[in-house]
Amino acid sequence: MPGILKIAYKLLANDRARFVALLIGITFAVFLMIAVTSMFSGTLKRASATVINIGGSIWVMDPSIQTVANTIPLPDYILDEVRSIPGVKYAVPLYAGAALLKLHDGAYQSANIVGLDDTSLFGRPAMLSGNIADIFAESAFIAVKDSEFYKLENPTIGTDFEINDHRGVIVGIAKVASSGLFGVPTLYTTYYRALYYIPNMRFTISYILVEPKTSAEVKAIKQQVAAAGYLALTKDEFIAKISNFYKYQTGFGVNLMLMTVISFIIGLSISGQTFYTFILENLERFGALKAIGATSRDLVYMILFQAAFVAVTGFGIGVGLCTFIIWLARAYLPDYAAIMTFPNLSLAFGMVVVIAAISSYVGVRKVLTIEPFDIFRG
Amino acid sequence: MPGTAIEAVGLSKWFGAGEARTYAVKEVSFQADFGEILYVVGPSGSGKTTMLSMISGILRPNAGKVTIEGTDIWSLSDDALAAFRLRKIGFVFQDFHLFPRLTTAENVAIPLILQDRNWDEAIAEAVKDLEVVGLKDKAALPPVKLSGGEQQRVAIARAIVSRPDILILDEPTASLDGETGRTIVSFVRQHLLSDRRCIVIVTHDSRIYDFADRIVKMEDGRLTGVEREKLDAQ
Repeated sequence: MPGILKIAYKLLANDRARFVALLIGITFAVFLMIAVTSMFSGTLKRASATVINIGGSIWVMDPSIQTVANTIPLPDYILDEVRSIPGVKYAVPLYAGAALLKLHDGAYQSANIVGLDDTSLFGRPAMLSGNIADIFAESAFIAVKDSEFYKLENPTIGTDFEINDHRGVIVGIAKVASSGLFGVPTLYTTYYRALYYIPNMRFTISYILVEPKTSAEVKAIKQQVAAAGYLALTKDEFIAKISNFYKYQTGFGVNLMLMTVISFIIGLSISGQTFYTFILENLERFGALKAIGATSRDLVYMILFQAAFVAVTGFGIGVGLCTFIIWLARAYLPDYAAIMTFPNLSLAFGMVVVIAAISSYVGVRKVLTIEPFDIFRG
Repeated sequence: MPGTAIEAVGLSKWFGAGEARTYAVKEVSFQADFGEILYVVGPSGSGKTTMLSMISGILRPNAGKVTIEGTDIWSLSDDALAAFRLRKIGFVFQDFHLFPRLTTAENVAIPLILQDRNWDEAIAEAVKDLEVVGLKDKAALPPVKLSGGEQQRVAIARAIVSRPDILILDEPTASLDGETGRTIVSFVRQHLLSDRRCIVIVTHDSRIYDFADRIVKMEDGRLTGVEREKLDAQ
């Protein structure tokens, strides 16, 4: 480390009270920003849980659909039409809906029901216990062991329940990549059993899952589906559409932005003011350095280094603190939805850089205006 | 070999414009030689500090020229002038301006560090100069743990650590009691003055006049006379 930066570091770090105040300001801002955006990311991931868990290269749906939960059933002929598109390797129907279960103790519990294509079981979950083939047994359902599993009274293979006056039996326990957003457990069954057990409208297919012959066929398939009056989205596009709905049409996004801006302002206020006071306190000494022979560039480097050091250290502590809190929350709150993503961290880091830039800009301006002559004048 | 260290010709500094123009220093000319201690004395507001700032390359004069060792310092760029000050001039400020968050040795090493010297080497040199001023055992302490006289000596060590040819001391006794002030200036005379160094001291403390080779007096921005001509021996 060049000596001038070592001096800058010592000036900063040896002023314990201010250094700690600066770190607290940045750490607190980073913690808030990452905590808020992580919770939002977690929520968005859960909102797309069905899409993530089922997979499928292309999802065909009604163009009005905004989220995977609010299905608008498709007519059966659309399935045939999609299957007839030249680039389609195969296409299968998917049922995604909700039902009310009556559990053993008499309590009612709503649940997500996923009906897999009877022929292929495309989108089947990974089994923890039981055999996926048992899904074809009479009244068979597979329970997903996620954070909502306990709401089904922690069933085991053989546990039965009522669903619309039909008997349902748990034949397997499965795991999936993501729990749902709305805090209800999930049961898998076959497509036709889902239609049989759950009351439906005239049309019954929630989504058509399509596998193209090659990835080059995706564009043509989307065009053909659009020509039929429906919408075909790749898995990632569908997840993005769901995310955009929650971001821009529910108020979630605005609230997130407000919280992030508030965190930024808190961080900027604490750190900016503390840094400014730090510069003011050392102003005469910076002037003395200038008189001795430091150039303005030297002083700017010192201040930028101090601001950058505080920013990076505060960012690191903030990320660490947030990671710890999320870990702790997940250990005690199964429903806690928060995931730290690279974009979240990048956003927080960007904002910390802005805080450091503004703080150092104020400091640099002040230091550049000090005249060594003022040091002589006292 | 003694010769002219500083030559100021027709130095003027004014503030304001038009009728509001006020002269802080008006047409001052003088020279200071190597091997001498020159005092600039005068009452408060007489322009001593402004003149000192101009001859040390800190405050640009409105008129006149300052030559140090043959270099017209005000013809240099800002960066070149800063580098010139760093190499050629050592400052002892009235209020010392030591960094309380650095150790005494680190404070002394600052000019060397600004010259991009290796940190450990700079600290080692600084400790040597602290030994010169009798504070080697205080090298690891922060300046706030030292007395006023000791802080002044640290400031002197900082001023000489880069072996400058010109030493500028601004009111070196202002913050010290009479005895400590005399001790400090006596030390400067005995240990820091050499044939290759010129020392300029601004003061209005008549108790330390004994240590000057030459004393020039300022009043209302002008050199009003020579209080003492250079003696052959002190």
